[in-house]
Amino acid sequence: MLDADFFHRWMTAAAALVSREADHLTDLDAAIGDADHGSNMLRGFAAVTAALGKEPPQTPGAVLMLAGRQLISTVGGASGPLYGTLLRRTGKALGDAPAVAPEQLAEALGVGVAAVAQLGGAQAGDKTMLDALLPAAEALGTSFGSAREAAEAGALATVPMQARKGRASYLGERSIGHQDPGATSSALLIAALAETGAADGSGA
Amino acid sequence: MSDGKQVGIVLVSHSGPVAESVAELAKGLAAGGATAPVAAAGGTPAGGLGTSAELIAEAARSVDGGAGVALLVDLGSAVLTVKSMLAEGDELPDGSRLVDAPFVEGAVAAVVTASAGGDIAAVEAAASEAYEYRKL
Repeated sequence: MLDADFFHRWMTAAAALVSREADHLTDLDAAIGDADHGSNMLRGFAAVTAALGKEPPQTPGAVLMLAGRQLISTVGGASGPLYGTLLRRTGKALGDAPAVAPEQLAEALGVGVAAVAQLGGAQAGDKTMLDALLPAAEALGTSFGSAREAAEAGALATVPMQARKGRASYLGERSIGHQDPGATSSALLIAALAETGAADGSGA
Repeated sequence: MSDGKQVGIVLVSHSGPVAESVAELAKGLAAGGATAPVAAAGGTPAGGLGTSAELIAEAARSVDGGAGVALLVDLGSAVLTVKSMLAEGDELPDGSRLVDAPFVEGAVAAVVTASAGGDIAAVEAAASEAYEYRKL
């Protein structure tokens, strides 16, 4: 079972990955966006770890809802409300159980991903976060490791796609040939989950 | 009319100067005298480009007189931030709504209508109608 502390460690691991990859995210965003994805995510996840450290929530759902709220209020770009909605809706779907099974997390993440799709009006193949998150949520039913692989493959698969949402869509065909920054950071979030699961042996 | 209370208008832009200027323009075109309350929420608190949920919440509270708050938005994160704040339920005053309208023309229509005492539905309709105005 995954308790609040597990979810706290997941968010901490995500913050560390975002921090390590911030320059890469910004470089990807410079090619087809406005070159602020790395710094925006860095600011957002720094706020998440600070808020979680100040008053650690007692349930998995509460950890994700607090993290989501922080992202919406601090990121400053479209990824704020999108990631905020992802974490908040996933957290809400987990309810107030003190610990949840990996299968419950898989189901809740599916709810969160659907909320992201609804908020942004995007679907699979539009070259967005969803291209990493949809396969990851699907594979999470199997294991954390498969979810990580699915998310990373999904992010890579955005390279030949033409963007149909967000600022990159204004580029039309010129968006082809670049990996989507949002799908890339989504894969980091799922990689952080797999790392956290592997560290305490709950990922199988 | 809603017993003398006026609808508040919040203009949310990716840029602080854009939000401020459109607010000035809309108030200026709403004819002489007092207008309905209008607040700008543009850019980040540090003055950069982007959207701030805090600035939006603060702006909405500042114009809320109990008759509803109409939020007009421009691009990307402005749209998504307001939508996600409305979905949360407690970050914006009761009666707040996102109005689907062109930013500049919609803001003028909304401020004129709210200043004349129109209720939130009338303000929303006037702002959305601005989409009908073709330039060619």
